[in-house]
Amino acid sequence: MLRKTFETELQQLKDEVLVLGSMAEQAILNSVEALKKRDLKASERILEDDRAINKKRFDIENQLMILIATQQPMAHDLRLLASTMEIISELERMGDYAKGIANINIRMGDQPLLKPLIDIPRMAQKDVDMLHRALTAFVNEDVEAARVIPAEDDEVDALYNQVYRELMMFVIQDPKSIERANWLLWVAHNLERVADRVTNICERTIFIATGEMAEIKSTDDEFWKNQS
Amino acid sequence: MTIQTLEIENQTHSTGSDAISLGAKMEVKNMSVFYGKFRALTDINMDIYANKITAIIGPSGCGKSTLLRSFNRMNDLTPSARVEGSILLDGRDITANREDVVDVRRRIGMVFQRPNPFPKSIYENVAYGPRLYGIRRKNDLDQIVEKSLKQAALWEEVKDKLHQSGLSLSGGQQQRLCIARALAVEPEVILMDEPASALDPISTLRIEELMHDIVKEYTILIVTHNMQQAARVSDFTAMMMIDENRSGRMIEFGETKSIFTNPKDKRTEDYVTGRFG
Ligand SMILES: Nc1ncnc2c1ncn2[C@@H]1O[C@H](COP(=O)(O)OP(=O)(O)O)[C@@H](O)[C@H]1O
Ligand SMILES: [Mg+2]
Repeated sequence: MLRKTFETELQQLKDEVLVLGSMAEQAILNSVEALKKRDLKASERILEDDRAINKKRFDIENQLMILIATQQPMAHDLRLLASTMEIISELERMGDYAKGIANINIRMGDQPLLKPLIDIPRMAQKDVDMLHRALTAFVNEDVEAARVIPAEDDEVDALYNQVYRELMMFVIQDPKSIERANWLLWVAHNLERVADRVTNICERTIFIATGEMAEIKSTDDEFWKNQS
Repeated sequence: MTIQTLEIENQTHSTGSDAISLGAKMEVKNMSVFYGKFRALTDINMDIYANKITAIIGPSGCGKSTLLRSFNRMNDLTPSARVEGSILLDGRDITANREDVVDVRRRIGMVFQRPNPFPKSIYENVAYGPRLYGIRRKNDLDQIVEKSLKQAALWEEVKDKLHQSGLSLSGGQQQRLCIARALAVEPEVILMDEPASALDPISTLRIEELMHDIVKEYTILIVTHNMQQAARVSDFTAMMMIDENRSGRMIEFGETKSIFTNPKDKRTEDYVTGRFG
């Protein structure tokens, strides 16, 4: 096998993506945990950690540019490098969602939560679980896994619907609760978006392995149809 | 949950609908080439599309030059060489014995790996071919020389020294002079065998630019061992490789953009990603 060095560099690159992925996973879990405990200090730390996520993303991006410039990748290698560029940006955006949740917690100040959090931590758990397996599928270029993971987005959507309906009940009973309901709805919305981005990562993985650019249709479209 | 395939470019052999609408300037049909008993090429089938650049790539010794030389019957000059099958130019079999080889070579010009200007003036290098084909009037020759040198992107550099020796030029300029010489007889197809392999990077890019400029009027076939070059300049790419009998075969043909992003054959993948060859 020629190009041993390049092979090694591709492997290192995938490892770096996993590191970035676990930073995003941590941020999501921590942001919800901080909200649940109303721990403002912890939320401040998430804002700081987000800067580390952004930096990591730029480091990987830089590494990708160097590989493209020096190795002139073709075929599978080209698809891998171009798609990795996309994937790290998805991961960085997931970090932004976690940052958004941290900001909500900070803005809530000393107001109590409208209700104890039950489904929202479940959404975060499910997101992270899907993300973790999606990144494993990416590293192994496991097409089968990449094709099935996105279906689990339905579970996150179902939880989101549940949160939405429950918060609406609070608002109907006490219109003054609207602001606090809205905050939690935004939190749930951010977590719902994370799962959509996991789907994008799975699409990229299929593309890397097969060259097939497939859009895995999200059931979100149906969700929004049903809302109108 | 549905999986919707947006776009899969999947042109393998030259029988796609694109191929038909493109128009084949040349067609190779079941061609094999022998050097004595050695079968250097086996069963080559390919279309060369008009006003397109087709690159032939593959490891060294796989028969790229042999294939290229078949297109203008240069293999005739090798006593041991024998060609089976046919090559059509505008639908007419040029391998037939009755065909006029001189005319075939006028219609299908060639540029070689090493620039090989004649030890004559720049002007004479370009005027040589047209003279051979009977053009005598100075005015006509002047016009041809100027037009050809312009097409070869050399005119500005040499217009004031047309009567200096072609050998006084730099390597890159000499190669453009050879291209001008090939263009002067108004060929329809131009064959280039690693035309830039002896040149520096800037000269290489100039040759590639000029290929882009002239392909509107010509059909170009280029052999190159430089994959980035094939990817940069060509519209179509043919991938060749030797089989277990060391005979060259075409293992994949398709649009360059799909060959270099998503080849169908594992061996092409290994070759273009630099893992083989
Ligand atoms: N004139 C010749 N006589 C005998 N064998 C030849 C001749 N020219 C080329 N060959 C053989 O034919 C095969 C293909 O050569 P060539 O067309 O030059 O390959 P490439 O251009 O891909 O490097 C090689 O095995 C080479 O040794
Ligand atoms: Mg050769």
